[in-house]
Amino acid sequence: MRVVNSPVSKIDGMQIATGAPVYTDDLVNNALVIKLLRSPHAFARIKSIDIERAKKVDGVEYIFTYQDVPKKRFTVAGQSYPEPSPYDRLILDEYVRYVGDEVAIVVAETEKAALKAMKFIKVEYEVLEPVLDFETAMNHPIVVHPEDNLEVNFDIGMQKGKNIVAAYKFEVGDVEAELKKCDTVVEETYYSQAQAHAMMETYRAFSYMDHNGRLNVVSSTQVPFHVRRIMARALDIPKSTVRIIKPRIGGGFGGKQTAVMEFFPAFVTWATGKPAKLVYDRKETFSCTNSRHAMRIKVKIGSDKEGNIEVIDIEALSDTGAFGEHASTVFPLVAEKTLPLYNRVKASRFEGQAVYTNKMPGGALRGYGATQGAFAVETAINKLASVLKVDPITLREKNLIKVGEEHPILHGATTKPSALTSSTLDKCIARGKQLINWDAKYPREIIDDTKVRGLGMAVTMQGSGIANIDTASAEIKLNDDGFYTLLFGATDMGTGCDTILSQMAAEVLDISMDRIIVNSCDTDISPYDPGSYASSTTYVTGNAVIKAAEDIRQQIINKGAEFLGLAPKSTQFEGGIVKSSDGNKEISLNEIAQRLSSSEGQDQLIGKGTFGSETSPPPFIAGFAEVEVDKETGQVDLINYVAVIDCGTLINPKLARIQAEGGLVQGIGMALFEDVIYTDKGKMATNTFMNYKIPSRKDIGKIIVEFEPSYEPTGPFGAKSIGEIVINTPAPAIAHAIYNAVGVFVTSLPITPEKILEFGHPQGAYPKL
Amino acid sequence: MKISVTINNKPAEFDVMPDEYLADSLRRYGYLSIRKGCDTGSCGLCTVWLDDKPILSCSVLSMRAMGKQITTIEGVKEEAKECAQYLVGEGAEQCGFCSPGLIMTILAMKRELVNPTEQDIVHYLNGNLCRCTGYVGQLRAVKKYLGVE
Amino acid sequence: MITIKDYALPDTLEEAYNLLNKKRSNTVLGGGAFLRLGSKKIGTAIDLSKLMLDAIEETDEFIEIGAMVTFRQVETDPVLKKFANGILSQAVKNIVGVQLRNIATVGATVYSRYGFSDFITALLALDTKVLLHKRGLMRLDEFLADGAKNDILVKVIINKTGRKAAFNMMRNSQSDYAILNVAVSRLADDWKVIIGARPHRAAIAYEASKYLSGSDLTGESVQQAATIASKELSFGTNIKGSREYRRKISTALVKRAVLEVLA
Ligand SMILES: Cc1cc2nc3c(=O)[nH]c(=O)nc-3n(C[C@H](O)[C@H](O)[C@H](O)COP(=O)(O)OP(=O)(O)OC[C@H]3O[C@@H](n4cnc5c(N)ncnc54)[C@H](O)[C@@H]3O)c2cc1C
Repeated sequence: MRVVNSPVSKIDGMQIATGAPVYTDDLVNNALVIKLLRSPHAFARIKSIDIERAKKVDGVEYIFTYQDVPKKRFTVAGQSYPEPSPYDRLILDEYVRYVGDEVAIVVAETEKAALKAMKFIKVEYEVLEPVLDFETAMNHPIVVHPEDNLEVNFDIGMQKGKNIVAAYKFEVGDVEAELKKCDTVVEETYYSQAQAHAMMETYRAFSYMDHNGRLNVVSSTQVPFHVRRIMARALDIPKSTVRIIKPRIGGGFGGKQTAVMEFFPAFVTWATGKPAKLVYDRKETFSCTNSRHAMRIKVKIGSDKEGNIEVIDIEALSDTGAFGEHASTVFPLVAEKTLPLYNRVKASRFEGQAVYTNKMPGGALRGYGATQGAFAVETAINKLASVLKVDPITLREKNLIKVGEEHPILHGATTKPSALTSSTLDKCIARGKQLINWDAKYPREIIDDTKVRGLGMAVTMQGSGIANIDTASAEIKLNDDGFYTLLFGATDMGTGCDTILSQMAAEVLDISMDRIIVNSCDTDISPYDPGSYASSTTYVTGNAVIKAAEDIRQQIINKGAEFLGLAPKSTQFEGGIVKSSDGNKEISLNEIAQRLSSSEGQDQLIGKGTFGSETSPPPFIAGFAEVEVDKETGQVDLINYVAVIDCGTLINPKLARIQAEGGLVQGIGMALFEDVIYTDKGKMATNTFMNYKIPSRKDIGKIIVEFEPSYEPTGPFGAKSIGEIVINTPAPAIAHAIYNAVGVFVTSLPITPEKILEFGHPQGAYPKL
Repeated sequence: MKISVTINNKPAEFDVMPDEYLADSLRRYGYLSIRKGCDTGSCGLCTVWLDDKPILSCSVLSMRAMGKQITTIEGVKEEAKECAQYLVGEGAEQCGFCSPGLIMTILAMKRELVNPTEQDIVHYLNGNLCRCTGYVGQLRAVKKYLGVE
Repeated sequence: MITIKDYALPDTLEEAYNLLNKKRSNTVLGGGAFLRLGSKKIGTAIDLSKLMLDAIEETDEFIEIGAMVTFRQVETDPVLKKFANGILSQAVKNIVGVQLRNIATVGATVYSRYGFSDFITALLALDTKVLLHKRGLMRLDEFLADGAKNDILVKVIINKTGRKAAFNMMRNSQSDYAILNVAVSRLADDWKVIIGARPHRAAIAYEASKYLSGSDLTGESVQQAATIASKELSFGTNIKGSREYRRKISTALVKRAVLEVLA
């Protein structure tokens, strides 16, 4: 391999790093400004809205209310059609379902005018009692979605009248019977918070009508093709009238897999014919978009005396908030990405529900349920180790899945049982153990009277794309000179997929990367791609790119041979050009390109490839934390975090490392700092960076990342995914390290100093270790 | 209100509102490298220099720039490129949205601190948030750029 | 979002003061970083930039810090880095980042008497007075108790009595507001124990201070002083932490600060 597996820099790196104006808000011209009036109530019915005075404010052009919008419900979840998320939204609704839900769309010449007008809109609400506690939402007398025109595409277990959006159950073996036979059973309930994506570029989009009377929306989105479909349904217009353009994205992390706000400018432009833009501020981004689903997860694990795990039983309750985006698909991953790890059990069970509440909706966030599951299940495994008094590494070595072994939901719930085709998880654990100096330091090291260091660990898996669903296409065309254009619809949100996909094409075409132009994404031009989510881009789109590149390579060989007067089999493809097998004759790519695009050749070459997978090969990671706990204040300093990763072949070791480091720090934030607090009236209190603390440079300690690449036979050049898995281990590994330091398993995230003191020594003493 | 400023070493007149913040004025005048990330003065994305000191342009009223020297990344292009090469060399620009503000802080640090240690660097850059990289790659890049062991 | 109608750059303090008192909506600007978080409708914004209030000056007896001095100045000033074991520099060091500290001012912070303030807690452990344009010179503790109306803080004046001091705080994320901050100082037998961000504004723990001043300063009496401090002051709950938690950690933080002063 030449280009693949080398640490090339991002092709857009220098431009974006030095401030090039290439993001959504840099491209807007003369658009009207949109501001949204939002509900101050967690649940209410709008009795009346008076917009007359507001309309008279200087500079105000339009104000829209729920009476002005289409009546067809839609979902803003960016998922392949038919979406598993319920169609439970309107552009504006008579009911407002959480604090911040939209009440009116104000369109003005300036932001100032729009803000001023908003103050003059008089809304009379019938304030309803909200459902704020997700643990009592089920069967609650108050129904969050009382409307009767809510639709689902297929059965997701919805029981609207009970506030249940979705339900899912899975069982192999006889859990109850096997539990009775176990020597040891540990049981615990875990809570994980509604983490915020906190990407640096907030949500934003603008729209305009083009010369053909079509609606153009420029959006910072991870899912342009899904946005096109969503706009079409929300506005009740044909998909063919909509075009979505994605410029550079300032971070997504799954947040921009949900089209939380594009429909506002789209609606305004469609209704008025005028260009319109909407830029969310940070408060709106925190409190009026989407987040990770908060969950309660009950885990029961049974084993024999020797630590052979016999049973895992998981029950999950997911808080989907006011709308059901990703409700039915996130919580099953709690099981799908944990149970297969421990495949030797005699019985396992998962049962879960997602419920509506009057809070900001949940959505997709890096890890997508696997993160929540990893915290609960890995912490329970660590608890089992402590009860059995065995080393948690030994316990895992005994029980973890190995190459060639099967698990019924290894590749997701909808697939046939199939075997694990690649894993170096055992090596990841062994290497991580060395790097953290486990043998010397486990379980704890007393620093002084108040400070103790502890070690902890966790392992996890994710998938690579969604098996049997995600299907992506790529095209490569040879231009009128010897350079290519690579087209795809995956969305580089800083991840570097424009670069790594171009590396793959360059590898197949045996040419340097500067001869390949990358184009993504414009739904009028790009081949279909679900977008960048579910750890799919390297694996799914990558395989499509390879197919497209192989396709055009063959075409070039054929044409080159023809121009050389040889049979294709008497030629070789080398250095990006076609040569005779003996190397005496050759024709340059330039010449082929020019002749084909002229009247002589009349045959511009375009290669295409489409790829979907029946499996979703899991990457693996072993994470190790070393923390120092101050017993008097509960303060936790992360000293070292070691992660050793198997993501198959590293297409780009440099970008893989950065993905890992970034994901780990997001996981560290989730473990220690990122608290989500609602007032008792249902208003989110943590809606600024002053109150929602993502880690700063001083919060992260030393982070050590290494790779133990396996070779995934179905992967592009042997690669699996890396994007999501990296966020999963910090919470359980840090929880474990804190336990080993002070003897306290904190079971709810984030693990704040206050919780450590509270759980740890209500009477002033930590448990004896 | 009209104010005279020096922007990137050139004299200029800005027409600003008394309640307009510098980040907004600068974007209005076409300095699109200035990004806003938080609305509370917490993230460092909008960092520019005012009389050579790094400040948050989102939190300083434009009127305060009266008679002063404003420097944006457009005004230190060559140096910024050199610094960016190190960031990009580590893959530590990622989404790039916070990079111009970070580079302006790094360049200010380079002028202000003599022989900074790793700890000094982390302290100086702590006001620049980044959600993509986890900071580690950025630190590698800055240490290489400044020749810190 | 705040709004401002007019902008003034007065040439004298008197002019600034008169302008401030001319209309209720007229407002003095410090760095403007905190004002912008609110939604105040300001008539005339009064910018003190022309009044030469941005210097830190040391005389034989005093250190004077002008109202427009920024926290970055406080952090890096060679005199303040040493004075009273550098607690003023220490206290402001963790406030967000260099860029914000290049904006946020001493005058605004002290005048506003923020409960969360790290700087005020440190100042209160020293022998500090504030100079207000109208009210004149006042002890900091009195000012913190009473506050002022429509006045302008001109400078903060610290008597160079030679106190030894220590500052510490509890933050979860290092860029967050303090959940609790503590400053302790000693001048011969005279001790001062200050706890701030309770989340109420910083206050002197008089009983604890008195206890320490008369004690033998053994490990036990230090612990006892810390316990007294945690009992005599009131604590409250906000988004950063609960009352109980603050009370619990106050003992540890006070104890550590006293030991640091003794070291
Ligand atoms: C994001 C953020 C995080 C922060 N975190 C912390 C922290 O962790 N710890 C901490 O201690 N502090 C923190 N602060 C507060 C900061 O340290 C300053 O105290 C605060 O910003 C006020 O300074 P300013 O110059 O910005 O005030 P301004 O916004 O200019 O003014 C604040 C108030 O003071 C009045 N005022 C200003 N100057 C005078 C004067 N000379 N006389 C009379 N009245 C005056 C103004 O009219 C206004 O009412 C934080 C601030 C921000 C924005």
